[in-house]
Amino acid sequence: MTSGTTPHRSGWAIETHGLRKVFGDRVAVADLSLTVGYGEVFGFLGPNGAGKTTAVKMLVGLIRPTAGSGLVLGRPLGDHRARRQIGYLPELFRFHDWLTGEELLDLHGQLYGLSRAERRRRIPEVLELVGLTEAARRRVRTYSKGMQQRIGIAQALLGSPRLVILDEPTSALDPLGRRDVRDLIRRLRDDGVTVFLNSHLLSEVEAICDRIAIVNRGRVIALGPMSSLLAGELVVEFRLGALPDGTLAALERVIQIDAVQHGERPVLVARAADEAAVAQAVDLLVRAGVPVYGVIPERRSLEDLFVQLVNEERSEPR
Amino acid sequence: MKALVIAQLTFREGLRKKLVLGVVLLSLIFAALYVWGFHLFVQDWRAMEARRQAQGATTMLPYEVFASAMVLLGLWTVNFLAGVMTIFAAVGTIASEIEQGTLHGIVPKPIRRWEIVLGKWLGYAGMLAIYIGVMVAIVTTTAHFIGDYRPPNILQAYGLILLVALMLLSLTMLGSTLFSTVANGVIVFMLYGMAITGGLVEQIGTALDNDVLVRIGVIVSILVPSDSMWRLASYLVQPRIAVNFLGPNPFGTTVPPSSLAVWYSIGYMVVLLLLAMARFQRRDL
Ligand SMILES: Nc1ncnc2c1ncn2[C@@H]1O[C@H](COP(=O)(O)OP(=O)(O)OP(=O)(O)O)[C@@H](O)[C@H]1O
Ligand SMILES: [Mg+2]
Repeated sequence: MTSGTTPHRSGWAIETHGLRKVFGDRVAVADLSLTVGYGEVFGFLGPNGAGKTTAVKMLVGLIRPTAGSGLVLGRPLGDHRARRQIGYLPELFRFHDWLTGEELLDLHGQLYGLSRAERRRRIPEVLELVGLTEAARRRVRTYSKGMQQRIGIAQALLGSPRLVILDEPTSALDPLGRRDVRDLIRRLRDDGVTVFLNSHLLSEVEAICDRIAIVNRGRVIALGPMSSLLAGELVVEFRLGALPDGTLAALERVIQIDAVQHGERPVLVARAADEAAVAQAVDLLVRAGVPVYGVIPERRSLEDLFVQLVNEERSEPR
Repeated sequence: MKALVIAQLTFREGLRKKLVLGVVLLSLIFAALYVWGFHLFVQDWRAMEARRQAQGATTMLPYEVFASAMVLLGLWTVNFLAGVMTIFAAVGTIASEIEQGTLHGIVPKPIRRWEIVLGKWLGYAGMLAIYIGVMVAIVTTTAHFIGDYRPPNILQAYGLILLVALMLLSLTMLGSTLFSTVANGVIVFMLYGMAITGGLVEQIGTALDNDVLVRIGVIVSILVPSDSMWRLASYLVQPRIAVNFLGPNPFGTTVPPSSLAVWYSIGYMVVLLLLAMARFQRRDL
């Protein structure tokens, strides 16, 4: 890193306290408090219009909060000194498309304050990283949408930032491009870079994020490490032999049975509080002499959690 | 200085604008017509002189009065085209970039917002300085080589025409931080037109000795001092005899604005630019 101007003043890469943004009478972000640790890949999720982009724009200083405060890399929101170490891909990116890809990156490199030598070294590197080496000398106007998104990502990585904020980086990418971005983010994490990711692609977020926040109507409705948010309840499918009477009643005391498919080989779908409860259930079945052919845990996906949380909110009165 | 990065970008972008190219094309046509016109004028003059000398009559008015009028006409056109070019080039410089979203990639970079505004201003200012310089050079070299006439104070005139353009630039950029591109275009062109009309009203007032008209002109030139600086330029670039011969007229003046007016105009240019910076500093993008 060329400029060591940003000290670790706060323990967090991003820290916000009660951020709020109101446009006219529309509340875009109601009350956003969250922390993102250094080196974390943080997923920022929420339905359309939840206020994700607005929140990100406040983080990078494009808009001013109506209320609340925050620190990014230890500097107050909008402080230009932190920006040397922030890479940002806007949601609706439009670059000066009459420049070629190379010229565009050169411009952004200059804005980052990179020397000519640094730019000459770094530009081919990031072009390679996003797979645009071939198109470097073409005007950005002639790029496809996905290529434009790639040049946007290249621009965000140009300054070897410590914090990368990506607002839907894969919305225009093909499946291969998406995988590239996923790999890229993993590589950034390995290098200790903090990544703040806005995305609607939950499987992608699930695959790469350490922690997530789900926002709805401008408020955080879930926040925490991916593993603990998804842990919650376990859904388990039991494939069994003949069930003696009373076994189900006994089982109900340990796990909650959602569905029973009777027959020669009954199948139960049950919810357990944790893995210990599952073990208890199996123990109980075995002792009752029920053959246990299979115990298949169904991992709850991020999508299930998202849909559940957002739906709960929707059914609540406003 | 990061502002210079933006200045360079703005300069390059300005040259790509269709409207700017249109003005340049118009300027080339003007330059060709001007050279040709000056040539015809000199020919006519010589023919008339020859006739007059054959008849033994004395010269009515010195040649330089007419040559100077030709130069004045040329510079007036340059001044007008530069004004139009300024407004065309800068009308959407902030507004349309906000609308399109190109600023979203620039503003979060380690650059202060006021540096972006200053950089844009410098980029356009450089473009205008070159444009006006070339055009003034075309007019004066035409006068020199075709008309064998050298107008006085041409550098001051150049500086003042540039000042006119830079004032309009600050005004247009301020508008661009406040209004949409279209609204800004309408507003700035109205103000520019008002300044020109105000100047005419003042000249008519002077000719008719009508205080009210003169006062209207003065008030307008306080609001938008572009026309008054042009009239100072025109006053300086003519020999006294030509000024007196022409009297109050649409292209010049017999009462030059004071040096206070020049300082006022420079202050106007700076303050409007500062206001544009301050406004952009707080604007949501
Ligand atoms: N400049 C603006 N003026 C007025 N309202 C705005 C503005 N920007 C955003 N909003 C409103 O704020 C709310 C949040 O918008 P935002 O773009 O932050 O949502 P988002 O979570 O990013 O949505 P998406 O998933 O669709 O990108 C929306 O209701 C939107 O209409
Ligand atoms: Mg968004």
